[in-house]
Amino acid sequence: MNPIAQSKNNEGADEIDRQIIVATQKGLPLVAEPYDEIANQLGISSAQVKDRITAMQERGIIRRVGIVPNHYRLGYVANGMSVWDIDDDKIDEMGERIGALDYVTHCYKRPRHLPLWPYNLFAMVHAKTRQEVEDKVAAIASILANVDRGHDIIYSTKILKKTGLRLCSPKKAKNNV
Amino acid sequence: MNDITFDDLDRKIINALQGGFPVSDDPFGEVASWFDTDRENIISRIKALLDNGALSRFGPLFNSERMGGAVTLAALKVPNDRFEEVTKLVNAHREVAHNYARTHELNMWFVLATETPDQIARVIEKIEAETGLHVFNCPKEQEYFIGLRLEI
Repeated sequence: MNPIAQSKNNEGADEIDRQIIVATQKGLPLVAEPYDEIANQLGISSAQVKDRITAMQERGIIRRVGIVPNHYRLGYVANGMSVWDIDDDKIDEMGERIGALDYVTHCYKRPRHLPLWPYNLFAMVHAKTRQEVEDKVAAIASILANVDRGHDIIYSTKILKKTGLRLCSPKKAKNNV
Repeated sequence: MNDITFDDLDRKIINALQGGFPVSDDPFGEVASWFDTDRENIISRIKALLDNGALSRFGPLFNSERMGGAVTLAALKVPNDRFEEVTKLVNAHREVAHNYARTHELNMWFVLATETPDQIARVIEKIEAETGLHVFNCPKEQEYFIGLRLEI
């Protein structure tokens, strides 16, 4: 169905797409006409830049154009990874419900590693205090009631490393293929 | 880390632009029209919010898996007296995008992002060889819909 998922040769993004990706990896320029600015840098038209960005959004290569708030700086300092052992038959249905909660910022099904790690549903909860995280996890627990075979909250205590996505320049990437 | 203060307009910009920024000839002007202000004010507000760290990014957000890349979340059970040493070994890999200390027996959780799926296994093998620890690989099997955003 999805041409990108099927494409064997890496990308789903062609040379011009990749140039736009590289040019915007650090963000959009803060000038009155940011897409024109990128177009000038790359020697293509502004219409082309906008069309490519829109098309990459439609193909899911770009999730969206917008801002990413820094949770910590905005006071959301309690970051709890709530993890759940959910019946495999129920996990997709429950994952959709939990993901839709406004305080859950990521929600994934992941493999268990028994016996140390029995959890298959991950729901990241951001809040201002641990108490607030716990209240929200209690709310999730009440939704999951019958299918929750055990859960835990794993807090981050320290950021050991944090970098953004880094993509090689188009030429370098080609050599790596 | 100090708390950041914002006014009402900052708050509105943060809440609105999490949902998307226009891809148009005059995108800042468009945003300005939502809030009854001018283009220059929107540009300088976003710049200030990036400078003071309230925002970590402004621009397109990429899905590296859709570009042929791969991502996984993996964990290690690191003995306390080796935590610093293992942190250095893990962080030295450019494929490690994020790494967090966490409150569990599995006390180190990191995200690997590579340009091709087969590189994930290679990096995991290297980390296991270098640290002598088993890497618990937890790739996502399903991503569930994320409804809303952080309202401030």
